[in-house]
Order: sequence, then C-alpha cells, then structure tokens
Amino acid sequence: MADIAEPLSAAAIAPKQWGDLSVRIRRGAEYIAIPGLALGISGVLFSLLLLALGKSPIEFFQLVERGGFGTAFSLQNTLQRSSPLILTALAVALPARIGLVIIGGEGALVLGGFASAVIAIPLVVGKVSPLLTLSLMAATAVIVGAFWIGIVGYLRYARGVNETISSLLMTYIGIAIMNFFVEGSLRDLTNPNKPSTMPIGDAYMVGHIPGTEVHWGLAAGVLLSIVLYILLTRTTFGFAVRVAGGNPRAALAQGLPVGKLIVVCCAIAGACAGLAGFFEVAAIQGRANASLAAGYGYTGILVAFLARHNPLAIIPVAILFGGIVASGGLIERRMGLPDATVLVLQGLTFVVLLMSETLYGRFKIFRVSGTVDRT
Amino acid sequence: MSGSASFIVLVALIGGALRVSTPFMFVALGECLTEKSGRVNLGLEGTLVLGAMTGYAISYQTDSPWLGVLAAGCAGSVLGAMHGYICKLPRVNDIAVGISMMLFGTGVAFFFGKPYIQPSAPRLGSFSLGAWTGSQEIATALQINPLLIVGILVGLAMAWAFANTKWGLIVRMTGDSAPAAKAMGVSVDLVRFLATTAGGFLAGIGGAFLSLYYPGSWNQGLSSGQGLMAVALVIFARWSPVRCVLAALLFGAAGAIGPALQSVGITQGYYFFNAAPYILTLFIMIASAGSKHAARDVPGELSITK
Repeated sequence: MADIAEPLSAAAIAPKQWGDLSVRIRRGAEYIAIPGLALGISGVLFSLLLLALGKSPIEFFQLVERGGFGTAFSLQNTLQRSSPLILTALAVALPARIGLVIIGGEGALVLGGFASAVIAIPLVVGKVSPLLTLSLMAATAVIVGAFWIGIVGYLRYARGVNETISSLLMTYIGIAIMNFFVEGSLRDLTNPNKPSTMPIGDAYMVGHIPGTEVHWGLAAGVLLSIVLYILLTRTTFGFAVRVAGGNPRAALAQGLPVGKLIVVCCAIAGACAGLAGFFEVAAIQGRANASLAAGYGYTGILVAFLARHNPLAIIPVAILFGGIVASGGLIERRMGLPDATVLVLQGLTFVVLLMSETLYGRFKIFRVSGTVDRT
Repeated sequence: MSGSASFIVLVALIGGALRVSTPFMFVALGECLTEKSGRVNLGLEGTLVLGAMTGYAISYQTDSPWLGVLAAGCAGSVLGAMHGYICKLPRVNDIAVGISMMLFGTGVAFFFGKPYIQPSAPRLGSFSLGAWTGSQEIATALQINPLLIVGILVGLAMAWAFANTKWGLIVRMTGDSAPAAKAMGVSVDLVRFLATTAGGFLAGIGGAFLSLYYPGSWNQGLSSGQGLMAVALVIFARWSPVRCVLAALLFGAAGAIGPALQSVGITQGYYFFNAAPYILTLFIMIASAGSKHAARDVPGELSITK
C-alpha cells in the first residue's frame, strides 16, 4: 500500500515525550523546513526557466505578490479562490491519513455543484425561502460528493481496486454526466451562449462574510479544517484512522473496522469536495456549467501534499496557492506568458516536493535523541 | 436500427478500434514494460500530452512528421527518466511521483504548446485495409496508420523478449523480487530507470499519434485520460504485452461508440457514450482486481496492487 500517510512518529507513541516541548518543536520544524526548502528550490528552478525564456523572474514574483496579495482587492480575490482549494485539499488529506491516494476531488466538486444547481431549480421556481434553498443545495452537494468518493473507498476495500486510478476515472465520468444534462435536458434555453443550467438568481446567492468581498465558503473551509484536525488528532476515530494508515495489518489484528474507516474517510473527503462545488455554484457561478471543472481539484492535491495532509497546515498553503492562481491572469497579460505558466510552477513544485521526502531524518538538527528514526 | 445502419455502426466501430486504439496501445506497452520491472508510472497521461505537443511542434518546424514522432518519443523518455530517477531516492512513493509528473508534463506541454495551437503541421499518412472491397465508405472507415502496425510489432517483440532473452529475464526478475535481482548482481535501480525511460519513450510516441494522425491537431483538450486508462488496461491485460495490444483494440472500439452512433444519426446521449471507455475501464478494474489470475501474474514488487 502507498505509504504516504505519516507513520506514527515515535513521539506520538511514547506518551512521556508528549510533554517535552523541544521534541515537538524539533519535529514540527522539520515538517515546515523541508516543504519550505522544496518551495524555495522550485522557485529557483522556475526562475531559471523564466531566465532561459528571456523573462524576468523578479517581475514574475512581483506580479504574484501584487496580483495575489498586494491590495485589499487582490487579497480578497485570493481568499475567494483559496476556499475551494482548502476543501479539495481536505478531500485529498483525509484519505491520505488512512493510506489512500485519492485524486478525484475534481469530479466530486463538479458533480456536487451540478447536483446542488439542479435541486435548486424547483425550489427557486417554487419561491422557497433562500435560506432553506441554500441549505438543501449544500446538503445535496455534500451527499452527492460523499457518495461519489465513497464508491471509490468501497471499491478499494471490497475489491482491491486501485483508488488513485478509479478516483480519476470517476472524475471523467462525473464531468461527462454533468455535460450530458447541461447540454441536454437541463439546459437553460434562454441562455444561448454557454450551455448551463438555469441560474439560481441573485436573491438566492450565498452572501459575503460581513466587511469583506469574500463569500462564506472560506469560513466553511477554515471551520471544516479545524473540525477535521480535531477529529484526526483528538478522537478515537482519528486514532483508528492513523493506526490503519500506518499499519493496516496491525489495525486488522486489533479488530479495527478498517473497511468501514476507509469508506467513511472517503465519504468525508467527497463531502468536502462536494461542498466546494456547492460554493462555486451558489457563490460564484450562480449556475452549473463546464467552468465548474476549473482544476481546483488538481491544485488541491498539491496543496494537501505540501501541507503534509495536516488539515490546519492546509489553510495557509491553500491561501498561498490561491494567490498564485489568482495572479495568473495578471501574469499572462503583463509578461506575455501563456496561462499554463501557473500549471508549470505547480507541477515543478509538486515534483521537487516529492523529491524532498527523501530528506526526512537526514538533518541532525531535527533529530531527537533517544527516539526511533521514522521510516 | 435497420440492418444497414447496424452494418455502418459495426464498420465504424472496427475502424474506430483501429484508429483510436494506437495511443492506448503505445502507452499500455510502455507501462507494461515499466510495471514488469516493478515500478508504476502513473504520469504517462502527462507524457502522452507532452509527446503530442512535441510531435506536433517538431513536425511543424521540420515538415517531417516522422521526425516529430521521434522527438515525441525522446520527450517522453525525458519524463520517464525523471520519474525513474526520482523514484530511486529512498522514501519516495512512485504513485505520488506519477501524479506530480502528470501535472508537470501537462503543464509543460500547455506552456510550450501555446504557439502551435493555430498553425497546421504535416500529418502522418495512412493506408486502407478496406480498399479491396471497392466501397469508398469502407475504405475510408478502415484506414490505418503505420504506427498501429509498429505498435503491434512492438507488442509481439516485447512478449518474445520477456520470454526468450536475457534482458527480458532481468526485467522480470527485478519486477518479481528485488532481493533476487540484487543477489544476481543486477542493479535494481538501473533496470527500473531504463525500463521507465523506455516506457516513457513508447508513451511519447502514443502522444504523437494523437496530434499527428487522429484526431490530428494539437490543443489542450487533446488527451482526456487515455494515458491513465492505459495504465488501468495493463492490469486488465495481466502484464502481458500481447494482451495489452488486444485490450487496446477493445478500448479503441469502446471509444468509437459515440462517434459511430452519431454517424447513423443517434446523437442522444453523446456525452454518455463518450464516457464509455472510462466506465468500461472502471468495470474492468472491478472485475480483474480481485481475480486469482491477476494475483498470479502480477509482478511481485508492484505497489499498485498491494
């Protein structure tokens, strides 16, 4: 099985050392320093690429700073974009803790968003109150997303189907299902431009967090990250998940319901991605169409890996990448670079990050005396 | 559906199988080689896209589509070599690296491929298997590309080499048991590095087929999961190059269902029929994952089926 979940660290097993702050700081520092180093190296490599193309890396990073974080407007734009990234990264991180590499968040996002747009049609036509409509939409998106990735978990557990491939296949199937209805029976014929479902209308859109231009999806993402962090680190369920992720045989020998844990983890993951789809529909697009598949699901994979599948660490990493994604348009216009530039930077970061995995335990400064080396 | 309509659909399916299957075939053969050596390269989707872009760009620059095919293979082997090198490092997970290579390969292809979306590059030629029937329609439907023949030959050659040559034996041994290979004095990392590089070369050629023959243009939506499906296909083919070729033909036919039905006027559910290969792959994975046959044929070192 893919060994991407963190094995239980020695510090976690030995209760005495929990109280020892320096141990925790040293370990924590390693988890921050190595991904940070990977980020730095990929930045340097990317700069070399830009130099080779005759572009200025300094200008690039200035534009990222300005387009993503510099002004109040750009910062809010960034936060807006980081909301789906937090949710799709959670959809990768939670299954990863139980040892599964699920990369189908995009599909659950698209299908969840689509389902919420569909359920909204009779409610909007019937003039049901916005609050009830939005609650039903969110619930639908969550259930559909949970079901969609839950299938992947079930297939993994019951039939041993590789979850990485099946989840990506499910993404293609999910997008095809949406296209089938959006271009067919559910197409809003009053809109001749782009095939879409019926718009839910301004009165039914999710509002902004008071005092900002950022929709409530960000608050939901942050809240969910905290809840899932507590679930993973402070509950019996979370402990069982980490045991099953670290050593499935030991978990089975202990009588842990590994299959059930896998399906539940996948369902929660799908629910997060589905919720991201709901916010894309109810707060940004107002309808379901092909622009739901904007690649948040794929960027979310990178965010989760950079955050080492830690729900709390996902929040800052998602904001960083939300900023990079948000500044893409500005970079494209100012520097004459193709819109895939951000994609190259992401791919490069991902590759370097995975290479940096090999560095864990290599640096003396992070090593804690008297504990087992984690491998 | 009337008799003649079913005939048209059948011919279109066979034609589709011959046309659409080639990229599946090359990627599956490349992945088969890589997996036989004990490693999984999930990044072949990115390799396919980069191969498609490189092939198209070089064909446009040099006016020689076959040079494009070669360049696509080389681009693919660079990505394969990267994957092979990174996975050699301790504590690095080959599945995760595959995902990152998928994103990286696609990103690089889109980045450098932007100027080539508009211009028209010289394509690969073709000849028809149906010319003897004298029917124009059948002759058009059964046109095939020399790369298909090359793919089938590579599959046969690979099957022969696995069974009969020293190199084939070394690759299989590395895949089945790294300790055994080490005991024989074989460098496991080197064998896997070379197998992944060669696998990337084949997948790159599969990409060149996409942009230089069918559909025959370069754009960002060119490949939608063919590379990934081919990886699943190898499991279905139980790591046999010959069965990889046959499975690729089956997948080609599944991919041709939508356009085939459209050719007789059935456009209802076009998107569903386009999803047919994905659904087929999923069902095949469900059916073959738990089977005893698969358990017997799987290379022992593979992480994907554990």
